[in-house]
Parts: sequence; C-alpha cells; structure tokens
Amino acid sequence: MTRTKNNWRIGLMAGAITTALVTTACAGAGGGGAGGGGDSDEESINVLMVGNPQMVDIQELTADTFTKDTGIKVNYTVLPENQLRDKVTQDVASQAGQYDIASVGAYETALWQKNGWLHEMSSFADADSTYDSADLLAPVADSLKGEDGKLYALPFYGESSFLMYRKDIFEKEGLKMPDKPTWDEVAKLAAEVDGAEPGMKGICLRGLPGWGEMFAPLTTVVNTFGGTWFTQDWQAQVNSPEFTEAVDFYVKLIREHGEEGAASAGFTECLNAMSQSKVAMWYDATSAAGSLENPESSKVVGKVGYAYAPVKETEYSGWLWSWNWVMPKTTKKTDAASKFALWATSKEYEKTVGEKLGWSRVPSGKRASTYELAEYKEASGDFGALTLESIQNTDPTNPGVQPRPTVGVQYVTIPEFQDLGTKVSQSISAALTGSGTVKEALDSGQKEAEEVAKNYQGK
Amino acid sequence: MSTSTLEKRGTFLNRRKKDSRGEGDIAEKGGPVWTIVAWVATLLFFAPVAWMVLTSLHTEADAATNPPTLFSGITFENYGALFDRGVGPYLINSAMASIVSTLLVLALSIPAAYALSIRPVEKWTDVMFFFLSTKFLPAIAALLPIYLLVKRVGMLDNIWVLVILYTAMNLPIAVWMMQSFLAEVPKEILEAASVDGAGVLRSLWSIVVPMATPGIAATSLICFIFSWNEFLFAVNLTATISSTSPVFLVGFISSQGLFLAKLCAAATLVSLPVLIAGFAAQDKLVRGLSLGAVK
Repeated sequence: MTRTKNNWRIGLMAGAITTALVTTACAGAGGGGAGGGGDSDEESINVLMVGNPQMVDIQELTADTFTKDTGIKVNYTVLPENQLRDKVTQDVASQAGQYDIASVGAYETALWQKNGWLHEMSSFADADSTYDSADLLAPVADSLKGEDGKLYALPFYGESSFLMYRKDIFEKEGLKMPDKPTWDEVAKLAAEVDGAEPGMKGICLRGLPGWGEMFAPLTTVVNTFGGTWFTQDWQAQVNSPEFTEAVDFYVKLIREHGEEGAASAGFTECLNAMSQSKVAMWYDATSAAGSLENPESSKVVGKVGYAYAPVKETEYSGWLWSWNWVMPKTTKKTDAASKFALWATSKEYEKTVGEKLGWSRVPSGKRASTYELAEYKEASGDFGALTLESIQNTDPTNPGVQPRPTVGVQYVTIPEFQDLGTKVSQSISAALTGSGTVKEALDSGQKEAEEVAKNYQGK
Repeated sequence: MSTSTLEKRGTFLNRRKKDSRGEGDIAEKGGPVWTIVAWVATLLFFAPVAWMVLTSLHTEADAATNPPTLFSGITFENYGALFDRGVGPYLINSAMASIVSTLLVLALSIPAAYALSIRPVEKWTDVMFFFLSTKFLPAIAALLPIYLLVKRVGMLDNIWVLVILYTAMNLPIAVWMMQSFLAEVPKEILEAASVDGAGVLRSLWSIVVPMATPGIAATSLICFIFSWNEFLFAVNLTATISSTSPVFLVGFISSQGLFLAKLCAAATLVSLPVLIAGFAAQDKLVRGLSLGAVK
C-alpha cells in the first residue's frame, strides 16, 4: 500500500516536471519570438512597449511582414506603463542600451527630448521618400517636436477625447444629444437617463487616482471651466475658484449619477461599464470607440452615438495624447531601429493591419490619409470623422482661457507632474467616497503645487 | 555499515512516516467541527485560484462583467493567445533560473546545515544569526547597487545573474530550514555509523540525506517557488533574452482594453508546474515546515 502511494507521488512529481517541460517545449515551438533573444547570425533589435491592443497587433504582424522584408528580427518586451517608464528611464540614465526602440506617450517624449535622451527622427523620416511626414496630423506631430523643430518620436496612434452616449436610450427617453454639448447639458442629461434601464447609471467618468487616469478627463474639465494648474509665470492655481468649481462639478456629477465604485473606475472599468450597458454616457478617449464597436468585447455595438468633448468657457476641450516610438540615444542600431519605427508608423502598416486584422484595428489618429481610406471610413462609422476633427481642434499650447507655462492639454510637461497629479487625484478620490472634501483635497494640492512651482519660478 | 545501524535508521524513518500519515494521537483529537473549519479555510484559500482558472476560460467580455458570471461560455482562446505571444522562452528562463538556483542552494545548504547542527562549529548560533541578517535588508534597497554592478560586468539580460541572485537570496532560508531539520537526526545513529567506519561524506550521503528527505523536499520546493515567482530583480535586470514568466505575466496589463481573461490564463499556465509539484510534495512540505524553521 505504502509502495503504491509512493509510486503515485513519484509519478505526480514526474508529471509536474513533464508538464513544465512540455509546456515550455510546446510554447517554444509556438512562440512568436517574444523574449527569446535573437540568433547571432541575423540582425535584431530590442523593442520595449506597453501591452495596449495596437501593440499586441504589431507583435503579431512583425515576423510575416517587417522581418520578412528587411531580415531584421524584432525582440519585444511588453510591460505595463509604469514599469515601462521606470525601465526606459533606468536604461537611458545608466547608458545600458538594452533597448533600441520604446513606445512612450507624448508627455515622456517632451520630457526625455529635453533631457537629451532621444535620437531625432526627422532625418530618417525625410530620407524615406514614401514616409510622407506632411500627412501626420499637425497637433500630434507638433507635440513630438523639440525646440529645434525636429521630430523626436514617430506617432503610432493618437487620440483626443469625446462623449459617447447610448443612442437607443436617448431615443427611448425622448432626449437629444447636442453635437457640441456643454457640461451643464451633460449633467442634466445624466440625470434624465440615470436608471433608464435596471442598474444603468447616467455617466461614467474616471475616478481612479492617477495623473493619467482621473486627471486626464478632469484636467480637460478644469481647462474648459477656466482653471489651470499653473499660470504662465508658475503661480499655482489648484485651489482657485475656477479649478474648485470644475472639481466640485466633476465630483458631484459622479456621486449623483456616476458609475458604481467610481473611486476605482479607470479607463478599463468605464469601458466595461459602457460595453455591458451599465452606463448611458461616457466621456473618455476617442480610441475607446473601436472597442465599443467590436462585437467580440461589446454588447452595445451600433447603439453608441458620439459628440464633441463637453465644454463650458472654451470652444473645444478634447485632450491630445499619442503613443509613439522613440529611439533612445543609447542604441547602437540606429539604422535597423529607425527602419522599424518608420515601418510601424507608415501608411503601409495601416493597410497591412486593415487587410490582415480588420480595419477597426488600424492604429489611427495620426495620419490624415487614414480617414480618406474607404475601408476605414466604413469601419469607423460614426466616430471616425469626429475623432479626426477632435484631434485637429486640440490646442496643446493654449488649451484653456489663459496662457500656460508648458505645452500639453491634460498634463503639465514637467517631471514633477506625475507625482503632483497622482497625489491630488488621491485626495479627490477620497472626496468621491465621502471620506474627504473637495476643498480639503485642493487646499492640500495647492501646497504641493506651490512647492513644485518654486523649481521653475524666475527661470 | 552494520545491521544495527540500519535497523535504528529504519525504525526512525518508519516512526516519522507514521506521524506524517496522521496515524498518531493528533488525528484522533480532531472532531467534525475542526474538519468543517479545515474545509472552509481550505476553500477560502482555494477560491481565488479557482476564480482565476474560471476567468481564464471566459471571453474577455464575459470576464469583465459586473457582477461576475460564473459559468458563461467556456473557451480556450486565451491559452492560444499565450502561445501566440511566445510564452515559451519565458518559461524556459524561469525553469532555468529556478531549478539551477535550487540545486545550488541544496548543494551549499546541506553541508552548511550539517556543520551547524550535527557537528556544530564554534559559536554556531552567531553564524545562524549572520545568515539571517542577510535577509534584513529589503531587496529594493539592494537593487540599485546590484544593477550598477551587473551592468559594470556586462551581465545585464543574462540568466546566470538571476541564478546567482536567487541562490544568494534563498541560501539563508535553506540553511535555517535544513539546520532545524538535521538537528532532529539522532546522534546515536551517526555515532553507530562512525563506529562502523563511515566517514563524514558517507554519513552525510547514506544516513543524513535519506533521513532528511522531507526537509530537503520542503526546502527545495520553497526555494523553487520563491525563485519562480520573483519579479523585482527579473524585471530590472533582464530585457529580451532572459526575461522570466512573471515579467511575461505583467505584460498583459493594459491601460487601454480588456485583459483580465488573458492575464488569468497566463497566470494559470505559469502556476501549473509549481501547483503540481507542490501538490505532489504536500505531505513532505507540511512536515518539513512543521519540523523546520517555522516550528
């Protein structure tokens, strides 16, 4: 009996080892080249990127297109945004040179370019006669340029923000969404559609703390309410009447008609809520529309209408963001790395994605020509043209009612903003849950902002 | 070796096997209430794992529903996506770093524990404290110097760096566990073996190691699990060639789009070898822990 038990356990141990070996062997056979390192006899580059759906698509397409055409093998490392920022900073600051290309946002591009960490990309783009830099959307391209007027990143996809709403619910309730709604109108509409279906709330707005989470939409609200983080001469304005009014409005709207569990709702949670018919409106990134119209992940396909980002004092208030490919100065493979960046941001790549994966998955929001493609026009339906117009109407230099010290719509382009924005958003999140007040949050934020401002005043 | 030595060793091992099967007094003291408590506790601890597996078998849309759906359509597409994204090299790297470092830890910790328990060196308690003191510093505090050192010697993105680090990180725990376990080996048996002419190596191999098998198994498994799951050094010291499976896992986290089902599928697959090994060695693991450092 004991012998049988021992044999059974030995067999199970052997099974564990076999499982490990089989899974690794099978996986190795099916691997797409990620993380596996490159063969020494062929040229390869190392790419670090976030795991957004558009990046997963490029990973899938690389071997059969880019590598096949150029012979350059691409080794991808995929990390979440925060880890990626840390990793690139560490890699560049220590001159380790482990990565030849990285995907970064517009905020990091501006900061790292000033630090002298990035290769300029204009010369590579200009040297490629098929690239057509003039086709890049002006606000997107401008946000990636240095003071010398050169591009320091090539845009992979761009986005603004707009209001998404349930056409069928509005029709049922006899309501009409204006093309350019004001925030006051949106608040009234949220009250009307709150509870239009069992368990349905009026609107989803990000309440998850984080400078890139809650403060992406909230800073656009602050901008259009007449507020700003800093004046042009670096006077902190976090508890100014305009900033306070905007945050009060945002918190009140969420508490009265917003999603369940708002303090932990970011982009993903709001996407879930809208896709699962739990909210009737959602103000967020234009890039969300592709997911809402994807039958594989959404239950509201064809039922969503789109309107400009709501406003109050300004004509437009959409944000501007792009994910871009940058080439750290530490790379020793500028030729191969620039070929990859040019390919990934080219018109041809967009066509490849459209033909192989579907036109709704094209990394759009960076080229005007994308919106002229008949297939993309059909796939992007109601939201394509509005996305283009929203991006074109953004003004990163002057997004509000007063001059700004840095360029950027929903963020202040200084390294301290990540920490400042996150801290203030944590206090506002406490106000959302009732464990604090907006005034307390902004008074505390003002002190933090004043400390930050001291680093820049008089310079 | 004489028959008497082997008989003593056999009696000792049989006694311990009997204890490990719960045939002693302890089992008789438990009643139905404690059985229910044990089952409830077990289910509570197992629930997140079951939830992870169930979620991995849903589509992203179903996995994202609120409230969660338990038994909506089952699909294996998320597991297919893992292989499309090339999980293989990451698993191989994890296996390499974990298995080799565990073997090295055993090779170093068993002789060290022997010298600290069976034939104690002078001031052996100070030595034990020294081993433990190497765990006082938080790993994050050591990261920057280690990073700079590894970069200086040109070994960034090299799996052998992780092997060395995991060996160093797990060695103090292994020495403590093995020392506690070897302290239970009756000295009379070793003396009898010595009288029979067995040297140190023969005693270690033929007497100590067989008696300490549960302890070695428990120590191995714990070192293996710690190495397999380690993230901080793996994410900072590796790039594209030597990344391990925890680094692969976090790559599914996205600020744009749904990822929960795929993340759960990756977590399930990566947990599988450890879960099976842990299940197979569970009695040795429990006995090793109860007789070892946690005693």
